[in-house]
Amino acid sequence: MLIVGENINTSRRGIAEAVEKQDAEFIVQAAKNQADAGADFIDVNAGTFVDRETEYLCWLVKTVQDAVDLPLCLDSPSPDALSEAIKHHRGEPMINSISLEKDRFDAMLPIVTAQPCRIVALCMTETAMPVTIQERVQAAGELIHRLTAEGVAPTNIYIDPLVQPVSVDTRMGNAVLGAIKTIMNDFPGVNTICGLSNISYGLPMRRLINSTFLSLCILQGLSAAILDPTDKRLMANLLSTRMILGKDEYCADFIDAYQNGILIKD
Amino acid sequence: MSYQTLLDAVIKGDIKTATEETLKAVDAGGNAQDILDQGLIEAMNIVGDKFSKGAMFVPQMLRSAKTMQECVEALKPHFQENAMTTKGKIVIGTVKGDLHDIGKNLVRMMLEGAGFSIIDLGVDVPPEVFVDKIKEAKADVLGMSALLSTTMPSMTKTIKALVDSGLRDTVKVIVGGAPVTRKYAEDIGADSYAPDAGSAVLEAKKLLNIS
Repeated sequence: MLIVGENINTSRRGIAEAVEKQDAEFIVQAAKNQADAGADFIDVNAGTFVDRETEYLCWLVKTVQDAVDLPLCLDSPSPDALSEAIKHHRGEPMINSISLEKDRFDAMLPIVTAQPCRIVALCMTETAMPVTIQERVQAAGELIHRLTAEGVAPTNIYIDPLVQPVSVDTRMGNAVLGAIKTIMNDFPGVNTICGLSNISYGLPMRRLINSTFLSLCILQGLSAAILDPTDKRLMANLLSTRMILGKDEYCADFIDAYQNGILIKD
Repeated sequence: MSYQTLLDAVIKGDIKTATEETLKAVDAGGNAQDILDQGLIEAMNIVGDKFSKGAMFVPQMLRSAKTMQECVEALKPHFQENAMTTKGKIVIGTVKGDLHDIGKNLVRMMLEGAGFSIIDLGVDVPPEVFVDKIKEAKADVLGMSALLSTTMPSMTKTIKALVDSGLRDTVKVIVGGAPVTRKYAEDIGADSYAPDAGSAVLEAKKLLNIS
């Protein structure tokens, strides 16, 4: 299971302040904490700074990679910000994201095919957010078809089924879970990825809901998750779920995490 | 006339009891506008207030809004033609290039619940479509939503289009959406910023001087 640490995002107040003040130390600490907690990729997102997103995203790439030896997940809907940020990235990044909306696909395609990288592809239809399992699987099929036609390896594609709140429509949980299962089954080699927090929008006890949702996603075969790896309860849940599902040989990851103190709460 | 049972039923989202109470109030000789204002809209005010305080959650709010809609339908035949007064006309939509609609729909529902009449243009709405609709409907307020850093500038373009068409002074502009901040709203010359559905109602009332 690939873990993308989500904490360096300027929609979080502390991060936004640090980015504005160019406080490298704060950002480095946020990156190190996530690396120590088991992140495979560190997500960087400066999307709230509309006019300075490119500049800040590049700064985040340099700052994080100066301190942590991990690849980054470059997270932006902006082709300009991404193409600049890639220039500063060492190793193979994950690019988040491309989708079927015509302008966005056309602008993003040359960027994601210019170098080897992992690509997060959103199950948006061309004109709307997906509702059903079928809409998601169809969008995934189209994305996979068009990306592999351009020479992208299926194993570098990470399909995001787009998690939406169950508070607004109680079918949204099953829609994502069903889509993960079908995509993992129908498109061998292709990965699935999602964030967790949208599922619990508008509800109390969001951490519990997110954590339960993660377990169910793993059960359906989810291959990567965008989450806060420093949340020890969430990580304990992830590791125990994988173990119970037979994805952890000799229960080694779970036991290692316990013995390294990662599973101890606070 | 006391509307307590009706208020409770709308807040609870009990459609059956609420519609029964609405019709009961009509049968008892209640004025339809009073039932709307003091029963249904008042109930949704309470819902909005509880929601902003974290004492109610999105599914409960949706249930109350649905209940209110059903009651309004039941009440409609009892208004003399077109006599239902509205608190104001609001044009709402997600800006061009952006397909996110969940937040926008929540805002629409709460504004309807507060007694505004809403013209929802949906998602991916270009500036000129906002402008044309505002002109045609003589709207009092424009509500714009954007969920992406790449589509936020479309809010600026829409405000500019309002200025260019001479309509800017006739309509108040409220903006919202996850990456939008109060500062951004100020920078682009919006009149107000609403971080959630409850505050969208409060901001709309404030801008139109409605208590």
